[in-house]
Amino acid sequence: MKLKTALMGAVASMAFAPMAYADGHEGERGRDGQLNIIYWQAPSIMNPYLSGGTKELEAASLVIEPLARYDTDGNLTAWLAEEVPTVANGGVSEDLTSITWVLKEGLLWSDGTPVTSADVKFSWEYCTAEGGGCAQSEKYLDVESVDTPDDRTVVVNFSVAKPFPYGPFVGAQAPIIQAAQFAECLGPRAPECTDENFNPIGTGPFVVEEFRTNDVITLAANENYREAGKPAFATVTFKGGGDAAAAGRAVHETGEFDYAWNLQLAPDVLSGMAEAGLGTNVVSFGTSVERILLNMTDVDPSLGEARGVIGNPHPFLTEKPVRQAMSMAIDRALLTEIGYGDFGRLTCNVLPAPAIFASDANDSCLTQDLEGAMAVLDEAGWVPGSDGIREKDGVRLSVLYQTSTNAVRQDYQALIKQWWEEIGIETELRNIDASVFFGSDPGSPDTFQKFFADVEMFTNNFDGTDPEAYMAGWTCDQAPQPENQWQGNNMPRFCSEEYDALRAEMATTGDIDERARLAKAMNDILMQEYIILPLTHRGRNSAHAVTLGGVQLNVWDSELWNIADWYRIGE
Amino acid sequence: MTDASLTKDAPVAAEKVPSQWWDVWDQFRGHKGAMAGLFFLTFITLFCTIGPLLWQVDPSTLDIRNKDVRPIYTAIWDGDAKVSWARPMGTDHLGRDIMSNIMQGGRISLAVGWTAMILAILIGTLIGVLSGYFKRLDWALMRFTDLVLALPLLPLLLVMMLLFRDPLRAAFGPENGIFILIVTGIGITSWMQTARIVRGDVMALKEREFVLAARSIGTPPRRMITRHVLPNVMSPIMVSATLGLATAIITESALSFLGLGFPSDFPTWGKILFDSVDRMTSFPERVLWPGMAISLTVLAVNYIGDGLRDALDPRIRGL
Repeated sequence: MKLKTALMGAVASMAFAPMAYADGHEGERGRDGQLNIIYWQAPSIMNPYLSGGTKELEAASLVIEPLARYDTDGNLTAWLAEEVPTVANGGVSEDLTSITWVLKEGLLWSDGTPVTSADVKFSWEYCTAEGGGCAQSEKYLDVESVDTPDDRTVVVNFSVAKPFPYGPFVGAQAPIIQAAQFAECLGPRAPECTDENFNPIGTGPFVVEEFRTNDVITLAANENYREAGKPAFATVTFKGGGDAAAAGRAVHETGEFDYAWNLQLAPDVLSGMAEAGLGTNVVSFGTSVERILLNMTDVDPSLGEARGVIGNPHPFLTEKPVRQAMSMAIDRALLTEIGYGDFGRLTCNVLPAPAIFASDANDSCLTQDLEGAMAVLDEAGWVPGSDGIREKDGVRLSVLYQTSTNAVRQDYQALIKQWWEEIGIETELRNIDASVFFGSDPGSPDTFQKFFADVEMFTNNFDGTDPEAYMAGWTCDQAPQPENQWQGNNMPRFCSEEYDALRAEMATTGDIDERARLAKAMNDILMQEYIILPLTHRGRNSAHAVTLGGVQLNVWDSELWNIADWYRIGE
Repeated sequence: MTDASLTKDAPVAAEKVPSQWWDVWDQFRGHKGAMAGLFFLTFITLFCTIGPLLWQVDPSTLDIRNKDVRPIYTAIWDGDAKVSWARPMGTDHLGRDIMSNIMQGGRISLAVGWTAMILAILIGTLIGVLSGYFKRLDWALMRFTDLVLALPLLPLLLVMMLLFRDPLRAAFGPENGIFILIVTGIGITSWMQTARIVRGDVMALKEREFVLAARSIGTPPRRMITRHVLPNVMSPIMVSATLGLATAIITESALSFLGLGFPSDFPTWGKILFDSVDRMTSFPERVLWPGMAISLTVLAVNYIGDGLRDALDPRIRGL
């Protein structure tokens, strides 16, 4: 629990420090001079509609903005809109087929012209234009039409009932672009508009001065930004390229940069860097969970074509006591400490966030219980054989445990193997190159979707904050099978009528509390049946200079979402 | 011993055979580097084979409380270092004993290295001699060599894994199955240099007077190759054999790292080395132990090859 306390402390100080200082850091726009940001992957374009990459999304979020975005807790916050429409405030229609947004008053583009509802409508037209390869088209899925009754009002009509209507114009993936600038860039011409794509006119706190592809972006404060006295920085240099270690050193050890994004480094390496005293590591938790899946189907190679097919149940993993014992034997606190340090935390849920969706019904998994695990197996009739491996009716508890090749994962494998062998489950380890394991080649037997092993481990998460699509991944029809070319997210090939019923109910429920109840219930079924054994809730970590204030790491939206509020701590 | 073996029936043969090899040994003994190499190779082989019988610590047991133990010599300059006589070479970040890992890893690395090298040398020499000696086969065999030279090892092994892993695992168990796969994979992708070198030497030899003389008295090709050609191309073969052993050990390490090799709980020198690179600055010894084992073994084999070549070459031996 020491770890948890430390983490809470870190999160709390991160959240409250800016508020405490905020008063002392009011002033005129551009008072704090220069800000240097390093992303070890370099942006190649400033238009998120033409790129699915995180680096482009985040760079563009300095310039162009959506109607609403997610805050650090994953809650929707009005951005260019007056407020977030809901059924309660009348913004979303009762039948869930339309949503009405109202723009803030007096919004200006950086060129001084007013922002109107026509620009919002144009953003939809731009992304859905015929012949254009829009990277964010799923955000505009099921949008039938966009009406503009007046200059500030936008009505989005959906062709189906949308319990979660916050796809279009929400989040860094779906910002508003200027109709006047992009009017000639619709459809197939979109990628040809180099000037527009590199220097979009936006409503954000900064405007592009110079864009060098895959290298450096120079930005200056937007003179027409809607809030007086913001941003505090007059110019921003956004450097791309290098690797995570170099970016970490640039902030922590040399102080050349003020902010470094997504430092995927071992916890002891990062804390070693931070000892230089110039930078601070920050972490924020999204929905990534490192988990173990237990296969419900038999994957014996001798079955040939019938491997992993639902008609062939697994010889012993279909017995709940075996799965339960496997879960009880794991010391999640130790795993997390070794693998992720402060950048991971304990969880007993496959759906650990946002907070309203996180169940607390499964917390017993937090403590390891080897004796208990052995007792559960004894009770179920699995007794140790001459070599210490448990068996029943001639079936030996012997599992093949696969994952991708990655130093932390191999450490996890070694530890878990030791615990499982202590309770009498023989474990054979296998690690597969990540490009093969996560590849979707239906011809390869080694993909995580085919899951031709008894146990497998990887991390998964979901985009945005609504877990419906994520939780729908474990319904019966989502099981990867030969008939569907091994596609689908239900890798354990778990099937429960109760679960499917809950999922069907969620698809027609609009009320947020009710949705949370359903999501928790579905999570609890997976946890209490021990189909998925969650191991570690993984955070995203970045680093910023100790002199940079106002940073609130956000995993639900662009990390630079509140850059308008960043400031230099007095020298 | 001499009067017992020197029977009157075959005095010449009995005297000739030991004396030739005695000569080679005599010559070899004079090569200081080769003797040092032989000494080290014997030492490391014994360390890996007999070692685990004396040092009975299971290499895969995790002991988290005793993680990150430094090697015992650290105590000389750092009195506060975490050291223990029970773990003379230290432990890794999960508390596994490094010494037993080096022993266990050495067994696998040496076995893979030797087997793959022998396989590669056999194929390489065969193809090289055939294509150098028989003009008719030359074109086809050399184009085949070019073809194999263009085969990338990694994709090839991926395909081999895909096709043969499960049958081999079922037939020989997970470790032996992978062993056969890796040895074959490395063997059949590293014989080409040997083949080319041998072919070149054989072609030059073929035109030499003693070969012409042998041919003029009607020596059949088989005898010609074994008696006159092979002994004379022994030195390049030895040299590529020593280089081949080094390459095989290193290739196996790279494969294990990519997850194409042995299971992750199955230590080899290369894998211990790769696993330690992340923490190289804080725990340099974890890189040094396997790194020294690999490089010294390779160096030793190189020196032995050097000494053997000198000793086997009659021109240098002075006969």
